[in-house]
Formats: sequence, C-alpha cells, structure tokens
Amino acid sequence: MARIDLQNIRHAYAPDPKSDADYALKRVDQSFDDGGAYALLGPSGCGKTSLLNIISGLVAPTEGRVLFNGDDVTARPTEKRNIAQVFQFPVVYDSMTVRENLAFPLRNRRMKPDDIARRVNDVLDLVSLTALADRRARGLTADEKQKISLGRGLVRSDVNAILFDEPLTVVDPQVKWELRASLRDVHRRTRTTMVYVTHDQTEALTFADKVVVMYDGEIVQVGSPADLFDRPQHTFVGHFIGSPGMNIMPASVDGATVRLGEHSVPLASAPRLDASQKLQLGVRPEFVRLSATGIPATIVRMEDAGRYRVAHLDMLGMPVAAMLREGEAAPAAPHISFDPAGVHLYADSWRVDLGGAAQ
Amino acid sequence: MKPVSQKAWFLVAPVLLLVAFTAIIPLMTVVNYSVQYVATNAQFHWVGDLWYREVLHAEKFWNALWRNLVFSGIILAIQIPLGVLIALNMPRKGWGVPTCLVLMSLPLLIPWYVVGMIWQMFGRVDIGLMGVMLRDFGYNYEGDPLDAWFTLIIMDVWHWTSLVALLAYAGLVSIPNAYYQAARIDGASGWQVFLHVQLPRMARVLTIAVLLRFMDSFMIFTEPFAVIAGGDPVFLSTELSQTVELGQRAAMSIIYFLIILLLSWVFYTVMTRDDGEPIQTGGKSGSAS
Repeated sequence: MARIDLQNIRHAYAPDPKSDADYALKRVDQSFDDGGAYALLGPSGCGKTSLLNIISGLVAPTEGRVLFNGDDVTARPTEKRNIAQVFQFPVVYDSMTVRENLAFPLRNRRMKPDDIARRVNDVLDLVSLTALADRRARGLTADEKQKISLGRGLVRSDVNAILFDEPLTVVDPQVKWELRASLRDVHRRTRTTMVYVTHDQTEALTFADKVVVMYDGEIVQVGSPADLFDRPQHTFVGHFIGSPGMNIMPASVDGATVRLGEHSVPLASAPRLDASQKLQLGVRPEFVRLSATGIPATIVRMEDAGRYRVAHLDMLGMPVAAMLREGEAAPAAPHISFDPAGVHLYADSWRVDLGGAAQ
Repeated sequence: MKPVSQKAWFLVAPVLLLVAFTAIIPLMTVVNYSVQYVATNAQFHWVGDLWYREVLHAEKFWNALWRNLVFSGIILAIQIPLGVLIALNMPRKGWGVPTCLVLMSLPLLIPWYVVGMIWQMFGRVDIGLMGVMLRDFGYNYEGDPLDAWFTLIIMDVWHWTSLVALLAYAGLVSIPNAYYQAARIDGASGWQVFLHVQLPRMARVLTIAVLLRFMDSFMIFTEPFAVIAGGDPVFLSTELSQTVELGQRAAMSIIYFLIILLLSWVFYTVMTRDDGEPIQTGGKSGSAS
C-alpha cells in the first residue's frame, strides 16, 4: 500500500515534442493518498490510460517524477514497482486453468504453496469463479476471462496499488454491478490504493471516493462526486458529468449581473474579470426552472427518463435543457429562470469563484 | 408436410464436377491401375490386391518409408524450433521488418529443382564452395550416404526454415501488447512469457507450419533426385520413380498417399486437441455468486 505522487508529469508518445499539442499528457501534478479509491474519468483519448501506465511503469514519462511513499520510482521497471493492473480486455494465460492463472503472480513471487492455495481460493470466491476453478481458461467466455484478469489483479495482498483500466467494458451489465460491488468491498476491507480508469460517469461516481476528471491531457478537477456535481471547475466537467450535462451559454457580465441578450441573471457577487476572457454561463438542468416569468423559450422536444422528464428548449437561439420533476407539467408558454444556487460563471472554460454561489 | 423438391441437388453439381476432375477421377485412375496387371500388349488383367501385398512385403519399401519418417522427423526437429527462434529475434518495427521479410522470402521463391541444382554444385568436392571446404573432413555426398543425408537436410533447412519463421512471426505480432504488460506485472520471466504467452498464441500457426513442413518433407523428391539422382538414401518418392511395373507403382502411390493422409490427421488431431473443449456460457458461473 502506498501513497502515489505524480510530479510535473508530461508525456509525449512521439519523440522530440515541441508544442503542447504533441503531448498526450500536458502537465499532471497529482497525489493519490494511501488507501484511497480514485476514479480517473474522461473521454477516450484524454490521456487517462497513459497516466495509469505511467504509474505502473509500462510507460516512462517524457518529463516528471513518480513517487511511491516518497521514493522516486520513475526509473524503476514495472515488475519492481509491486503494482497490480487490470486491462480493458481480458488477458488470461490460455494454457493454464483458472486456478493456475490466479496463482501465477504469487508463484512468481515465491510465495509458499499453502498460502497461495488459501489466497487463490479467497479470490476465486470474490470474483465468483469457484465453480470454474479447474477449467482451462481457453474455453471460457469473455465475461469469465475478465473475471480471471480481475482476480489476478486482486490476488496479491501486498501491492502498492491496484490499477484498473476500464476493466468492466466487456462484462455484462448484470455482472458489472456485482463486480463493482465486490471491488468496493475489497477496497473497504483491504484499504489498498485503487485507481480506476473509466469513461463512464456512473462507474466513476459509484466506485470512487475521489474522482479525477481528465480532459485533453490535463486534470481539470479532482473531487468527490458531489463536488463535481455542485461545483464543476471546468465547463468540460459540467458537460461531462450529469445526465443531461450542464447548459453552457455564452454571456457577458456587467457588475454582478450576467447579460443574456436583453435579459439578465443576477450573480452572488461581482467577479473580477479580464476583458479578453471568453465568458460563459453554466447552469445544470436541475437548476433550470420553467415558469410564467423569466426568459421566454420554446420547447423543442420532451424526453422521458423514467423518474423525471427533460425538456429541451430553445432560448434566445441557444439549446437549454431543463429537468421537470415527476408530475410537473411544462407550461404552455414557458419562461426560463435559473435557481441562484446553481448559477456558475466560466471565464475561458474555468469556473470563476463567486463566493456565495452554489452553496 | 411440405413438398420437398429434390432439384436443389443440381446446385451441388458444379462442385461435384470440379472435385471429380481435380481429385476423384485422377485418384481413381491410380486405384484402377493398382488392382490390375498391364501386359505389354496393353491388356489389363485383374489381379486384386497382388500389388499391394507385393509392395508391403518388399523390404525396399519399408526401408524407404523408414528413411522418409526419419527425414521428416529431423526436418521438423530442426526447422520448427529454429523458425520460432528466428521469429522471436526478428525486429518488430522500423526498416528491419521489410528487410527481414524480403530476405527470408527469397529461398521460398526458388523452384525446387533449382534449389537441388544449387546445392548439387555447392556441395561438389571438385568445384563446389561447401564441398571443397568440407573435403578435408572426408565429405563427399556422392559416395557417402551420410554426407548425402547431411546435404539434403541442410538444403531443406535452408529452403524452408523461413516459412516456419514467417508463420511464427505472423503469430507473434498478432499478440496484443497487453499480454506482455500483464506478464510483466505478474512478474513472469522471459522463459515464462515464451511458455505461457507466446507459445500458446503461436499454436495455431505452428500447427499449420508443422503440417506443411511434414507433408512437404515427407513428399521429398526433387532434391534427392537433383543431388544424388536416385542414389542412397532412397526415399519413397525416388523408390517410386524407379519402379517399373505400372500396377506396383499405382499401389505404392496409394499406400504413400494414405500414409501422408493418416500422419497429417494424427498431427492435426494431436495439436488441436486442446481447442475442442466445450464452450460454456456465463450462466453457470453467475449462479455460484
């Protein structure tokens, strides 16, 4: 178990990077506390797998240092870092049985046969593979193979950290829930540092205590699921987290008021801004109210999401989504107003701290 | 009950016709000869299994068969490991890849008989480079059967190891990187990576390589024909070419063909026996949770 520090990590896959665009990871400075459950969340190609591979040592960063418990391990090869990693697609040793697959990492580390047997049985149970323990891995389904991969990740109890790279992509939805619950359970019992890469917000928010949101080679926000929802630091976080995502509208600011065309929205305080910055107003659909007064809008379409409905509106030529609670009807001539608790101002895509807002 | 139209059989006719001309008719002609005695006046006489009994009782046949088996065995024992070893050491990217591929394909492009001629000259003790170099050690493929063996084997290894290497290389490059990464994380040694990752993933192409190399080496003809022109060692094919009686040749051909068929089947069955496991669906494992 270990605390992991990434210091000024930059990484480019091609040699001789010149501009920022050449870097898959632009600059990452991030610590993972010992015993934490982290999710690395972001769209495909944002650099989250690169970051994970830099932690495990499969990829050597172009710049920067990796520390485990304060020790610089940047130059240490993967096998010496004592890390477990589970990949997106099942990686099993075809010629071995399920049991041998799980025992393999332990045997390679010269663990006593009795201890191996005990440990393997525990993990077989954990990933519910006991019934298949003595079957050859070759003939199993993708689901089952991925459980083996997962089991091999969990089988070593003394690892510095367990890294998961979208491990449940190939797994059936039903099994997905079970396995995610097992992982949470393992984390609660062992308090091993876990880093879980995913592009699925539900997966990230249910697995992790802390979610690290990445976008275009950078970390844009680190926080609890509630932080990400209540105070998205970057328009990307607002947009990416939540269903539907945050409404982002171009705006201008006049004192403590945001101007949207001829309409105005009050802010909690007057922000200090640079004139050249591009300003945007961000409001989650949960904080958009439809009533008889406010900014006029027309309903484009309604979407029924089961427990709530989403109204997609056209407001001053901009698309805006509003969430309607069960039983709430959309007015015939809807006007939009924003709940002050959910009004955020973004300057060049980054959130402007307004003090009182979103409390 | 629905009326069944038997006309659909006509759709199979083109395939039947094709197979008949490519395989069945030529083979049946040989079968036909193998049970008859052809007299000098072109008269055919039914002799039943006479030729077969004669072939199977001839010591020459068994000696030739034995030599064939030993030859194929040596060829496989050298070429398969050597090919895999070469494939493991071939570059995976950069300009080395096309260079290697082209250089290694060259021997494969040379016709059998030309290969025979090349080595026949190469090994000659009066003018051949290899022959002259080895002459002092008593090398002479024309006089010494053991030296002839040596020449034939080295010739075949030179000619065909690239095929095994190329097939093994194709198998190797198809292994996803994650397998190597997972093996590093699991603390596997280089030998273990070979044994548990590379070899199982190469198994299919190696099956093909073994089958091809077995069949080809078992049917060896042009090389001994070109180099030693039917001298010792005599293989089944060279023996066959020296058999005069038409019926006996036919019977021997059939036996030869059946042996190759049988051995190929044995190789295939043995090498793919692991693939046949019933594939189970996720249902059973799910219920255990």
